[in-house]
Amino acid sequence: MSHPILQAEDVTKTYDGFRAINALNFYLFPGELRTVIGPNGAGKSTFFDLLTGRAKPDTGTIRYADSDAAPSIDLTDLNEYEIQRLGIGRKFQTPSVFAEHTVFTNLVLSLKGPRGVFASLFHRLDSSARDRLDSLLKLIRLDDKRHWKAGLLSHGEKQWLEIGMLLASEPRVLLVDEPAAGMTDEETHRTGELLLSLRGQHSIVVVEHDMTFVKQISDGGRVTVLHQGSVLCEGKFDDVQSNPKVREVYLGRGKH
Amino acid sequence: MSAPAKLSDVEPRFFTRAQWASFIVPTLVLALLLPLLNALLPADSLLRPSDFTLNLYGKYATYAVLALGVDLLWGYLGILSLGQALFFSLGGYAFGMHLLLMIGKDGQYKSDLPDYMVFLGYKALPAHWEPFYSFPFALAAVLLVPALLAFVFGWLAFRSRIKGVYLSILTQALTYAAALLFFRNDFGFGGNNGFTDFKRVLGADLNSPATRRALYIASIALLAAVFLLYRWLTRAKFGHLMQAIRDGENRVLFSGYATARYKLFVFVLVAAITGLAGALYVPQVGIINPSEMTAEKSIEAVVWVAVGGRGTLIGPIIGAIFVNALKSWATREAPERWLYILGGLFIVVVLFLPGGIVSLPTKFRTFLAKLRRPPSGPTAS
Repeated sequence: MSHPILQAEDVTKTYDGFRAINALNFYLFPGELRTVIGPNGAGKSTFFDLLTGRAKPDTGTIRYADSDAAPSIDLTDLNEYEIQRLGIGRKFQTPSVFAEHTVFTNLVLSLKGPRGVFASLFHRLDSSARDRLDSLLKLIRLDDKRHWKAGLLSHGEKQWLEIGMLLASEPRVLLVDEPAAGMTDEETHRTGELLLSLRGQHSIVVVEHDMTFVKQISDGGRVTVLHQGSVLCEGKFDDVQSNPKVREVYLGRGKH
Repeated sequence: MSAPAKLSDVEPRFFTRAQWASFIVPTLVLALLLPLLNALLPADSLLRPSDFTLNLYGKYATYAVLALGVDLLWGYLGILSLGQALFFSLGGYAFGMHLLLMIGKDGQYKSDLPDYMVFLGYKALPAHWEPFYSFPFALAAVLLVPALLAFVFGWLAFRSRIKGVYLSILTQALTYAAALLFFRNDFGFGGNNGFTDFKRVLGADLNSPATRRALYIASIALLAAVFLLYRWLTRAKFGHLMQAIRDGENRVLFSGYATARYKLFVFVLVAAITGLAGALYVPQVGIINPSEMTAEKSIEAVVWVAVGGRGTLIGPIIGAIFVNALKSWATREAPERWLYILGGLFIVVVLFLPGGIVSLPTKFRTFLAKLRRPPSGPTAS
């Protein structure tokens, strides 16, 4: 088996005495599309915060591999932008796009490239960047709205734009928090197809509540169930769904 | 709903032809025509702008540069600094030190030392004053002293991710503390009297009309140059990032940008330029004292920007001129009411004209359009 691209071992994070993450172990393998489910308060968002430098774990290690070797880069010492530059992109639960900027500019600001002050002062879009932006706009189906202010887009379109912004930065790992929230069934399905098409080139973690959607994107891949800050079980969607422990804490709580 | 066709694509043109015209014409009129008329026409000519007028406009121009800085930070980057007058004053003090030394033995006490030093019993010029005999050194200090303070303050504040109202309060505390320090005689900068009674700059008599014209032209030129510089900053990808930091700093951070460095860069740049404006202000008004760095002065500059139109580059210029013209009038007619007028103006703008004066034409047009086309409410069914 190949090395994981991202691994969290024995990670604990406490907020005011509450163990949001408790001795968590998590391994993500290259090219994998992993779905993470769990009841409210299971620690899903905190887990993403720990992976992206927003929060620091109290104990445990979080490592990332920028090559095929075993993960060696310690992420707990790095901040948000340093982790992003390593190739780990994050999409937030509530779409965070730049409302006052056009769809096009939103993507330009996210495009992979130098991030320094002076690079931004003297930045020019070359033709290959323009081509890339065009193809991204088509992929997220916002080509005809490229000059719209992002704030005027529908909720679902904003979600797509944020996914597009993520892809523009060409990350190796995508952390996607509830991408289907606020979408119609058809939009949700298309989002699922998009994520599935990204599998292989990117390693993806999707946190989601919508079980139809989870079933769609798990598609033979692994599903991780978080409960009270640790992994309750991990496996194929059907196995997870029929696991009595999962049924108890998540699917059918109170069925004793 | 139709798509908003208006766009700000990345890298739009710097200026359209019409914009160039509306930049160059007023700049030339102000920087060349007015001083020429002042110099060449007979004193009783109605067309001649008086020395007083030019001096007043020169002062307004330096205020406008201060306001542009406030707006770049507040309107574009989302940092409401309530301490910009401090950087203005520091530039003024640094240049004031040079002007004070240039008085030479022409002061009240006919000493090489500035008057206040003689008065306070100094025996020799403090060592840190010596280099200020040099004009280039003073000029460098005008830029670097505010920049250095902004760097230290900004580095600490932005690195600790202090933002919003907390940052505003800190900037206000900073300028307040500085004012208290400068008010003290033993701080060595003339106490509450500050520096005054300047005689000459670069060998030219400060009271001669020609020198005053030159200072006026320099102020207009500075304003024009700063306007172009800020225009360039706000147009480039850099400008989009500034506004993105204003609207959603988190996303910018998670897009790989060290936002603290962007903020620090703008904060320091604006401080240096504001210091330069302060340095031009001082010889034109003939005095610099700590009252210039009190918190009220910084807040006034914020009001100029709000009144003129935040988040535009023309708004702060209009606001600085409009509010200061109003102030000149009000302090003549009803000095005790000025602060009420200023506060009232701010409230009116916040409540009824959030876009400031620059938004008036659009407001007026929509108003006219409404008049012409009665509101499409429910008609007879």
